[in-house]
Amino acid sequence: MSTKSTPDANPSQGPLSREESAGFNSQVISYIQRAAATGLYEIRGLGAKRHLPHFDDLLFLGASLSRYALEGYREKCSSKTILGTRFAKKPIELEIPITVAGMSFGALSANVKEALGRAATEMGTSTTTGDGGMTAEERQSSKTLVYQCLPSRYGFNPDDVRRADAIEIVIGQGAKPGGGGMLLGQKVSPRVAKMRTLPAGVDQRSACRHPDWTGPDDLAIKIKELREITDWEKPIYVKVGATRVFHDVKLAVHAGADVVVVDGMQGGTAATQVAFIEHVGIPTLAAVRQAVDALEDMNMKDQVQLIVSGGIRSGADVAKALAMGADAVAIGQGILIALGCNSESYVQKGSHLSALADYHKIGTAPGFCHHCQTGKCPVGVTTQDAILEQRLEPLVGAQRVRNYLKTMNMELTMIARACGKQDVHHLEREDLVAVTVEAAAMAGIPLAGTSWVPGRHGY
Amino acid sequence: MVSSVKAVKGAVVFDLASQPLRDLNQFLHGDLQGIKGVTVENPDGAHSIAVGMNAAVQVDINGHAGYYAAGMNQHASVVVHGNAGPGCAENMMSGRVEVKGFASGGAGASAHGGLLVIQGDAGLRCGISLKGGNIVVGGDVGSFSAFMAQAGTMVICGDAGDGLGDSLYEAVLYVRGEVKSLGADARFEPMGDTDIATVKQLLADAGLSHKASEFKRIASAKTLYHWNADSKQTY
Repeated sequence: MSTKSTPDANPSQGPLSREESAGFNSQVISYIQRAAATGLYEIRGLGAKRHLPHFDDLLFLGASLSRYALEGYREKCSSKTILGTRFAKKPIELEIPITVAGMSFGALSANVKEALGRAATEMGTSTTTGDGGMTAEERQSSKTLVYQCLPSRYGFNPDDVRRADAIEIVIGQGAKPGGGGMLLGQKVSPRVAKMRTLPAGVDQRSACRHPDWTGPDDLAIKIKELREITDWEKPIYVKVGATRVFHDVKLAVHAGADVVVVDGMQGGTAATQVAFIEHVGIPTLAAVRQAVDALEDMNMKDQVQLIVSGGIRSGADVAKALAMGADAVAIGQGILIALGCNSESYVQKGSHLSALADYHKIGTAPGFCHHCQTGKCPVGVTTQDAILEQRLEPLVGAQRVRNYLKTMNMELTMIARACGKQDVHHLEREDLVAVTVEAAAMAGIPLAGTSWVPGRHGY
Repeated sequence: MVSSVKAVKGAVVFDLASQPLRDLNQFLHGDLQGIKGVTVENPDGAHSIAVGMNAAVQVDINGHAGYYAAGMNQHASVVVHGNAGPGCAENMMSGRVEVKGFASGGAGASAHGGLLVIQGDAGLRCGISLKGGNIVVGGDVGSFSAFMAQAGTMVICGDAGDGLGDSLYEAVLYVRGEVKSLGADARFEPMGDTDIATVKQLLADAGLSHKASEFKRIASAKTLYHWNADSKQTY
């Protein structure tokens, strides 16, 4: 090795070339090196990290001379939301249109499930089980609990069907439309294993198709079976990962769904192949518009409710989803972050303790962590580890999630009032403009300052 | 409508030719104390007959049943005196379901407990995602049966199609006839004394008289339990 201290100069050939390739950039190089070293795809948690057209690319047109604004603090703006009015005898009534998305016990700890139930109940909204059955903790803490019926059917049983407030048949998930669940061995604790009828510690891959039906005609019969089992009381949701949304929503409605849940590709996961997360599915923005188009095309808007999920983070995002035609949203990752995901510290008995060393141990840092698949969540959110899970105290978690939901709902009603609406569900497409051509085309919203919607009226 | 049905002394009879399925299932979900048996006449392939049962009552379906007969059954004993459509006894928790004729695809799918007896043949994916129930098939089973079966036992008195027991976990399969092909990670294993006893008991429960010693045991080789690059996994 040369001892000369001029690393960027090569005396014989001039300056050292540092031209990075666009195609084979440092990320791609590290991907190939990793693949070559392991022979196995990379699996991680959370959602798509790539840049995508999103709700950020839409803006509201607040009231002015041509529209009448409502007083922010004095005039009422309702956020009540009713889901499942089509066939169910007992529709779901919520105080806010922001629900907690399905996340499994297994992916999350029992403490987290309890915290979510407490927060949702305080705010008058619903929580959702996940690919691992219903825990006593979440049933007890959740006033309104949506019970998922997944391809794996882990822990799925008629007692819990009867205990649930609604049933959500999961066809797919935005992070991996077409793929089944995954839970790596380190998270398959004895309790998780027992609930899923699996040997503890196996790398669990769940099925991607339901075991007892194939295709939309069968789904119609399956939905009727669940209605018969529940004596037609409970709303039946159908959740799809966003791909061919226009057709899938139509088929779900045709099959008899009360509520359709559309999860865009920014939706999170506890563990999925990176190639799946980043390369399969369509952005939430495009999915909402296609879903609404489908409902309007069938004249089913307001008869079948639409819940949108996938990367929704703020009250402004919620307002935009509602203005585009959604009836409610579901949030997963935002909720996890509210709980403490990617935070530098965790709270124990009122004191903040640093989690930095534990982030370092799993090769990441707060702000970048997507290591849910390891089960070694430094802040105790996505773990089954007996010690780590104690880092999330249910009451602390519940308070944070409640605050987050409350903040978002205040932002939502603030925007609705500014647009002159007494009810958040009165927000409409005419209240929105797009700031990029891509978003305008996907959302079917005119580019700001123009009446141009790409693809409409022949150009 | 229900009170008039109850008035028939001893046996409750529902005639699906004149009574809606909804009334039948609502009745079956009600207080069944003192009721020993319910007979369903003219099922004519109706779907979801006797689903969500939660009482130790005998239900006789006199004819063919459509999809999901006795789905999610708990405690009840349901007999289909005919053929059953897809998803018969799906996600059963306990009790007993017997199909006197043939059963279509996905019979006993994800059953957590109980006993499903199919006297005739079963279609594709019999016992898929089985989670602890027992299934006895008097005839053959179609391809991809016991796919991802996690726990429980299947006794197949006839032949099995392609891909039997693909990605098995802890469920154990016993086959008397020929297996066209085994699925990934499934393997034949020697029959031990407990296997013989298990098969004997299940055959007796099903009212079948084959010799337990004629059966072969199939279980998981467990090479798919953990991901690793060297096991030539194709997924």
